[in-house]
Amino acid sequence: SSNEHKLNFKKSKETCLSYIQDALLQKQWKRAAEFLTCYIESLEKDYSREHIGPSEMIWRIGTEILWHHSQSSIKEFNCFMEQMKTLGVKRYLKVCLEHVFHLLCNGQIDEAYQNLSLAESWRFGEQTAIQDKEMKLIQAYRGLLDYCSWSKQKNILLEHGEDGFSDLAVEQEMHSYFRKAAVNLKEIIKIPGVWDIFVKCYVDLLEFYGDHNEAHQVLNEYAYNSKFPANPNAHVYLYQFLKRQGESKKSLISALKILHDIVPSHELMIDFNTMLQKSKKRKKRRLGLEVIFSALDYAGWKENAKAWSCLARQMKQIVISEKHLDWIKQEWNSRKDWWPAFHFSRYLAKRNWQENKSLSYEKALVAGILLGKDCKYFKYISHQGCKAQLKRFRMLKKFVNRHSPVYLRISG
Amino acid sequence: RDFNERCAQCSEVNWGLTDGGGFYCKSCHNVTERTREVVNTDFVANSRVQTISKGLKKQEKNDGSCEWYICEGFQLVLKKQVEALEALGVCPQMKDEILCNFWRCYLQKTKQAYCKRPAGETVKALSVCESSTDVDSDPERPSLLHLLSLSESEGDLQTDCSFASSLSKVSESTSVYSGSVDGSLYLMKSQKEKLRMTMPMTLSFCYMALLWMREPITLSELLRFVVEGHIPYFNVFQHFPEKMKLCGLDLKIFCVESWPVYEEVFNKMHELAAFLDLPRFPDITESCFLHPDMLCMKYLMEANLPDELHNWTCRVVKKIGIGEVDFLTLTPGNKSTRKVKYDVLAAAVIVVVLKLLFLLDDHYEWLLSEFAEERNKNNTEVCTFYSGSPYFEFKKWYEVVKHSLDVEQKKLDEEKAKYLWRCEKPLFYSVKNKSKVLKRRQMVVNLQNQFGKLSDSVQRAEKPNPSSFQLSWSEENTDGSCFHGHSLKGILQEKCGFLRAMNPDYWLCTVKLCNEKLCGHLAHYREVEFPQSYHFVLGLFSFLLRIQPSYIHDEVCMIEHKLFNKKLYTKLKYNTVLRK
Repeated sequence: SSNEHKLNFKKSKETCLSYIQDALLQKQWKRAAEFLTCYIESLEKDYSREHIGPSEMIWRIGTEILWHHSQSSIKEFNCFMEQMKTLGVKRYLKVCLEHVFHLLCNGQIDEAYQNLSLAESWRFGEQTAIQDKEMKLIQAYRGLLDYCSWSKQKNILLEHGEDGFSDLAVEQEMHSYFRKAAVNLKEIIKIPGVWDIFVKCYVDLLEFYGDHNEAHQVLNEYAYNSKFPANPNAHVYLYQFLKRQGESKKSLISALKILHDIVPSHELMIDFNTMLQKSKKRKKRRLGLEVIFSALDYAGWKENAKAWSCLARQMKQIVISEKHLDWIKQEWNSRKDWWPAFHFSRYLAKRNWQENKSLSYEKALVAGILLGKDCKYFKYISHQGCKAQLKRFRMLKKFVNRHSPVYLRISG
Repeated sequence: RDFNERCAQCSEVNWGLTDGGGFYCKSCHNVTERTREVVNTDFVANSRVQTISKGLKKQEKNDGSCEWYICEGFQLVLKKQVEALEALGVCPQMKDEILCNFWRCYLQKTKQAYCKRPAGETVKALSVCESSTDVDSDPERPSLLHLLSLSESEGDLQTDCSFASSLSKVSESTSVYSGSVDGSLYLMKSQKEKLRMTMPMTLSFCYMALLWMREPITLSELLRFVVEGHIPYFNVFQHFPEKMKLCGLDLKIFCVESWPVYEEVFNKMHELAAFLDLPRFPDITESCFLHPDMLCMKYLMEANLPDELHNWTCRVVKKIGIGEVDFLTLTPGNKSTRKVKYDVLAAAVIVVVLKLLFLLDDHYEWLLSEFAEERNKNNTEVCTFYSGSPYFEFKKWYEVVKHSLDVEQKKLDEEKAKYLWRCEKPLFYSVKNKSKVLKRRQMVVNLQNQFGKLSDSVQRAEKPNPSSFQLSWSEENTDGSCFHGHSLKGILQEKCGFLRAMNPDYWLCTVKLCNEKLCGHLAHYREVEFPQSYHFVLGLFSFLLRIQPSYIHDEVCMIEHKLFNKKLYTKLKYNTVLRK
């Protein structure tokens, strides 16, 4: 507080840090640099009991400032990072890795690669073992860059292939990149973690070389191994892979099951519902209904005409067959209190009609079945549609009127 | 006396010292080239330099360093400080006559020099022990960690521990503990001896000399100059000569990493004065700068208050007798009189006067201000034509001063955040980690350069010249922001030829004074809710003097109790509002 007239080293540096923090938050890079300059002498004091010491502070703060400051060049940035690497041996690989990220953001792929290779060859007594995780990451990223190079070579090859040339050198280079990339990528994805990009690239490589079994195994592991954190993308990748491989609907469906559980609003839910609807198994069709209802619980889906058409189709089918009306009843039970205001208000009716006639058509069908022909949404839309003399709306009106007793059975 | 070589000419061992500090053989008057490697300053020009013989062999080491003692270091520090004071305008007499005599007296009394048997015998316990290779084996030898903890300076435990552990493997002489000969002994001195010399104590010496000379620098100003860098204190060791190597425990003694504290310097000064058996200091009379009348005038100006208030401060001073020579002059060793903090006292007088005239209860002063504002509005033409001075408006004053105060406080807060403690001269705990330290320093310099260039283009200018006034107000400003010439007309009334305050009330800060010796304060500022105006006024002087408001509050309480002494013990005549 301003009334404290005492001051010591520690207190003044703490205060200094809070000024730096303020400046950073307000993107005042010059001011932050000014205060950082004063903070730097902390390096000469030992803070080993503190959680974060001055060398780490300076590294992180300095990086931010140099990255954003208008007068700072990439050369200065690199020079600074090199200094930071020498400052804390316990942090060496972490600093290397972050440096690489910055280089990549700046588009300097080659420099990034060089740094990764350098870092990979680093050895420092017992530190090497302690920083094993960082080392794996470094190798993984180098593998990633190798993949990028492989990809480039592959494209060159394909181009040449079109021209009729076969370039042996390019091919060999491509294969060598493949080997380098594969070895590192394979290693990192063994460790539980979120490795989306590594997995994707590795699978891409495997598929190209025809090792579909391995690819399948990798994706299975990634999606189903409980040691790995729950990751929706894992399931998405697996599904996409299986689709590419032309696998059966059964396996495709099973691949999407867990995705539905963890992300009911995922865009693939449409595909999922479409497959489930068509299934011969009753359980699957039931699940399909649940899936599409769950998806439409989310605000982001409100105006998704495709989703509504899926729901409409399935509901129409059920109503016509007069079988399994209880399914609709079950789904509607937990929704009847809030879906009307959420989806079927008069305001929404007007807006939907104005913006997207197909959307309003599908929704009206659903509304008509769930809420009856007298609900505001259906009434408005069907009236508008008939007024506009659109055939399908007349059909819609007839359909709902014909099946109006269904509403009574659902709502009762 | 400790030079035991035989004379080259006559083979006798009978040495004396020339004026130049060289050795000469008393038998044959052969002058050698060996000179006493003492930090011989102008200080001790004429005295015989027996000073600090401890019975150790004097050696000039191969690396160009010499043996030096801690008190020589402090002597250098004092020299630098007093030279800086001289540069600020202090009379040169202070250095040559006053301070050096104080210092000599101190050395004598603490048996470090100028006496027959210097307290140095125990140094032997720490000197080279030929047979033992393990430093820890000697049971008399104090643990290094213990020594490190005895020092008052801040340390990082980790550095201390690593230093200590690195030494336990070494079997070299005590010079590894410290660059000085007696660094470890120094820290070992028993705590009973409270007057072991420390860096803050150098300021006590300075202040004592300034007070003796009645120089126009208050203690708060002295400390402010120190913090602003005009008086060597932090990193003063960088001015030690090359030969005096500083390392290890010396750092604990000479490196300061906290601002000096008023109370500490003040109390030490008084202890010192008593310890040195000094006589009564030269009288502080009305013409002295330190007299409350003078200081009040200065502070009134700095606080942008009307000059007319000075009459009132003088009246209060006179009424309670704090302008008396005997009250103000320091008599060391006299425990019955309260030690006078001249600056705080003057500030407190002003606060009391403001309370007398404006009440400062968060109501009355604003009322008075409104009246004044009205009158000023009505009298604009008449006023400037006739008397030229507008009525003093508390509200306006508050706004102007608060604004400036906030600006300056903000600047000060930033200064604190940007404060640099280290200097270019790197410090090593031991010769072993020298290269590491140097590398670190190089990196620090590089980084400072790199980020310094990216700082705001307005680089930190050279430190501003030392100034006695932190806030200044010019009457030439046409925006009416200077209140010196304003008139107190609106709040005074004439009665029987006397000017009295219109305000009939007064509230006491505290009804009962605490026992300062028991709880450290006369009153407890933080625990009571006072009016905001009171807080503001205390805050203003707290900023100017760079001390906690509670100290000013204590003096205010003291003054009030003196002032209303009779009223407190007899029936209350006036409508005095008492607050606990």
